[in-house]
Amino acid sequence: MSYTFDFSFLWTYWPQFLAGAWLTLQLSAISTVFGCILGTLCAIGRADGPRWLKWVIASYVEIIRNTPFLIQIFLIYFGFAMAGLKVSANFAAVAALVINIGAYTCEIVRAGLQSIHRSQVEAATCLGLSQVQTYWHVIVRPAIERVYPALTSQYVLLMLASSITSQISAEELTAIANRIQSETFRALETYIVAGVIYILLSFIVRAAFFLFGQLIFPRRRKLGTTI
Amino acid sequence: MSAVVSLRDVHKSFGAVEVLKGVTFDVGPGEVTAVIGASGSGKSTALRCVNALETINSGEITVCGHKIHDPALDRRALRRDVGIVFQSYNLFPHLTVEQNIMLAPRSVKKLSKSDARALAHEVLEKVGLADKAESYPEQLSGGQAQRVAIARSLAMKPKLMLFDEVTSALDPQLTGEVLRVMEDLARGGMSMVLVTHEMAFARRVANKVVFMHKGKVQEEGPGAMLENPQSQELRAFLSNGL
Ligand SMILES: Nc1ncnc2c1ncn2[C@@H]1O[C@H](COP(=O)(O)OP(=O)(O)OP(=O)(O)O)[C@@H](O)[C@H]1O
Ligand SMILES: [Mg+2]
Repeated sequence: MSYTFDFSFLWTYWPQFLAGAWLTLQLSAISTVFGCILGTLCAIGRADGPRWLKWVIASYVEIIRNTPFLIQIFLIYFGFAMAGLKVSANFAAVAALVINIGAYTCEIVRAGLQSIHRSQVEAATCLGLSQVQTYWHVIVRPAIERVYPALTSQYVLLMLASSITSQISAEELTAIANRIQSETFRALETYIVAGVIYILLSFIVRAAFFLFGQLIFPRRRKLGTTI
Repeated sequence: MSAVVSLRDVHKSFGAVEVLKGVTFDVGPGEVTAVIGASGSGKSTALRCVNALETINSGEITVCGHKIHDPALDRRALRRDVGIVFQSYNLFPHLTVEQNIMLAPRSVKKLSKSDARALAHEVLEKVGLADKAESYPEQLSGGQAQRVAIARSLAMKPKLMLFDEVTSALDPQLTGEVLRVMEDLARGGMSMVLVTHEMAFARRVANKVVFMHKGKVQEEGPGAMLENPQSQELRAFLSNGL
């Protein structure tokens, strides 16, 4: 059986692919920002918070890490509806992505926090730094610097996972691809194009993380290694 | 003249193990006191108690007017007056040498960036490392790292410096450069307590040597005491070449 590839539909559909890719990037970027904040706060709470808070965060993390993302999206999407809140598919998608990535970020950052040696804290305390100053300068900052490569990988995965939000009809790249192939009957070609765009997006996310890392971690910029 | 540090019958236990069994000694202003003794005799614990890193079970410690045994002790005020340097340097790996030094003056004393930087260069000059301001800790030798750690403490202008075996992790030639910095400090009139295994240094620089044995001060006296030990224990300790 022979199959002739035909990508000519791209002449008509490339603006739609582009729009889908752009939305994917936007969803990912917003989820990255809020996911980092949520995840870091959760990590701090789980590492050094009161007992009840540790318990709450641990439950959240374990529930998220042990259920499929698709189920989480549906629960959040229909959960909003049940609560009588009218939210757009994009909003529900971002909420689901943030809640999902927050749990993974929490675990990565927590590992970083725990890797900081007690003697570092002692040195800061002996220099007269307050608890909050010590926590920020000597624990949180180096911890995040240390786990930054792991965070980068996780956030590339987040961008790829945003594909699943097509299921609640957020008009991101995968949803667009679904529609295009149903209109053109060129399924293989459509998903090849989508796949290639995802590879480009992964590259963009990695590059963005790399540049941001160079900006906020001068040590990385100068020595090129991770602490 | 009132003592900068005074310990009175200090007891300290970890769980059921009593590590300090009634330690008493004084450090006068501008004096250098060397604490010596076998491993496990409680030297580090005594030093940590002085800086309120450990809470004591009974007895009294006064440091630069701060009552360490008082539950209402203001630890941050204490630490403005006392600097401490550890065997393991404990530099902050993500910060440059200069930033390591500037951190406390900036956060604690609220110095401006330029004042803090000037201060950093002043103390780096003192330890002979002005050219390392931009380096990161991992780019330093052990001796340089330890001198940076000393400079970092000095930047807070302490009235008292504590040193816990600061040269024990260093090669002999690196030990020398660190000891020279400490000797300069001593000559400059800094009150110091140093736990050390460097007997020659103790003899030359210390005004007073405190020999600890099994959680107590067994013998105490001027550096010359090391040439003429009175107690059996100190004799044994010195002849072991430790
Ligand atoms: N945090 C702690 N918890 C339990 N035991 C401790 C603790 N710190 C010290 N010890 C014990 O107290 C005793 C005295 O320890 P310390 O570190 O003061 O000895 P040292 O004289 O400084 O010895 P070294 O020369 O090896 O440094 C040791 O037996 C040690 O195991
Ligand atoms: Mg010790």
